[in-house]
Amino acid sequence: MGFREDIQNGKFVVTAEVGPPKGTDITEMVHHVKALKGKVAALNVTDNQSAVMRVSTLAIAKVLMDLDVEPIYQMTCRDRNRLGLQSDLLGAAVLGIKNVLALTGDHTTLGDHKDAKPVFDIESVQLLQVINGLNEGHDMAGLELQGTTDFFAGAIVTPEANPFEPQFAKFEKKVKAGAKFFQTQAVYDMKKFHAFMDRASEHNVPILAGILLLKSAGMAKYLNKFVAGISVPDELIDELAPFKGADALQKGIEIAGRQIAELRDVCAGVHIMAIGAEDKVPDILAAAGL
Amino acid sequence: MIVAEPKSLEEINQMIDGYDKVLMVGCGTCTTVSLSGGEREVNLMATAVRLSRKVEGRDIEIGQQTIIRQCDWEYIDELKDVDDYQAIVSFACGAGIQGLARKFTDIPVFPGVNTSFIGFNEGYGLFSEQCKACGECILDKTGGVCPVARCAKGLLNGPCGGTNNGKCEINKDQDCAWVLIYNQLEGQGKLDKFKEILAPKDYSKAGNIRVLDLRT
Repeated sequence: MGFREDIQNGKFVVTAEVGPPKGTDITEMVHHVKALKGKVAALNVTDNQSAVMRVSTLAIAKVLMDLDVEPIYQMTCRDRNRLGLQSDLLGAAVLGIKNVLALTGDHTTLGDHKDAKPVFDIESVQLLQVINGLNEGHDMAGLELQGTTDFFAGAIVTPEANPFEPQFAKFEKKVKAGAKFFQTQAVYDMKKFHAFMDRASEHNVPILAGILLLKSAGMAKYLNKFVAGISVPDELIDELAPFKGADALQKGIEIAGRQIAELRDVCAGVHIMAIGAEDKVPDILAAAGL
Repeated sequence: MIVAEPKSLEEINQMIDGYDKVLMVGCGTCTTVSLSGGEREVNLMATAVRLSRKVEGRDIEIGQQTIIRQCDWEYIDELKDVDDYQAIVSFACGAGIQGLARKFTDIPVFPGVNTSFIGFNEGYGLFSEQCKACGECILDKTGGVCPVARCAKGLLNGPCGGTNNGKCEINKDQDCAWVLIYNQLEGQGKLDKFKEILAPKDYSKAGNIRVLDLRT
């Protein structure tokens, strides 16, 4: 059984993610992947995350498959034009990759090659349409493919975006463009997430809530200050504040576990972002009673 | 208008280093309005160059002429005694600089400004980019706000996840174009336009060397 089947069968699905390293030494990343094997339905492989140049997503997705872990191939529109994107999608299909997460991607000026030419030939909504076109057997130019893809395409949404309405309108466009599942930006305020789900659920598309592991009160404050669409409530910051180092991480694991447990009847699953602490994901799942 | 910013004295000095008879040509249209290449700016730069040459103990003769436009033969033809000079510094946009380069093929023509964008005059000395000259205008679908020029990623179907309190992820002083579009359409009761999925742009209309022929 794979990720797609689990979602379609209504199982509460857990995904996590790994970031390809900068450089060819993938030892640590492989260690993280092995720690997650069998614990999650699939692992996202990020694509030059935060516009920082790293090993290609396609190569790492193949590494995951060789380790018997199902990848969700993240594809941003920042670094390739429509020829490059479609070509890589076909390549992914040839390698046996089944899941694609369509993203626009962070702007180049936020990354480590600030002087790069940002591409953005197409964007996330259009990329979803492209993927569905490939699934139907034709490319963006309308030309017939010799052998088609069968991707399970997903997208992202930011439930706490400010302002929310334009973001929600875009979410609806992504559904219309063929997104079959969503992973969300990190959510912390469960009340707000419930309100989001009340509106989103009418579209009947599976949503995996983003769970970003808090490692300290300082990190929570940093997220609030610098990361768009993330809002950590004061109660959680206060809960973390008395703890330092490993104890704070333990508290963060407990909070993440508690949130996942709360979400079990609210949405289709969770997407856990542990950012460098991927080996703690099993502990989070244990704390959630999964 | 086309907005440009003046090049630095250092850069201009470098370009004209080997010459001691230089003509500086201002442009009376766009770069005059954008305070980068009109008569006033040419005068400032010429004065600065003369001073820096004086400090070095080297003579330079700088001619100064400003014409109405440098993107039009009619006005370029008004320039006088150009053959007396060894080099030209043009303070027009890229089109004007190349106009002089096409006319005076024996004399090197150097840029006096960096051509920046097609912009709006927000107030004295403040200009904002409004148009990418993409060749297929969609302002009818986006509430009169251009996401190609005013969204950092040129998105066509709504804001990215980086929108923060209505500001752009790469510049918190910059409004998110898609929030502006949403508000504008909402105010007009036309949010149905927001829901329409816009197709990828046709870059064959923008990526090639374009010629517009209205003669027929």
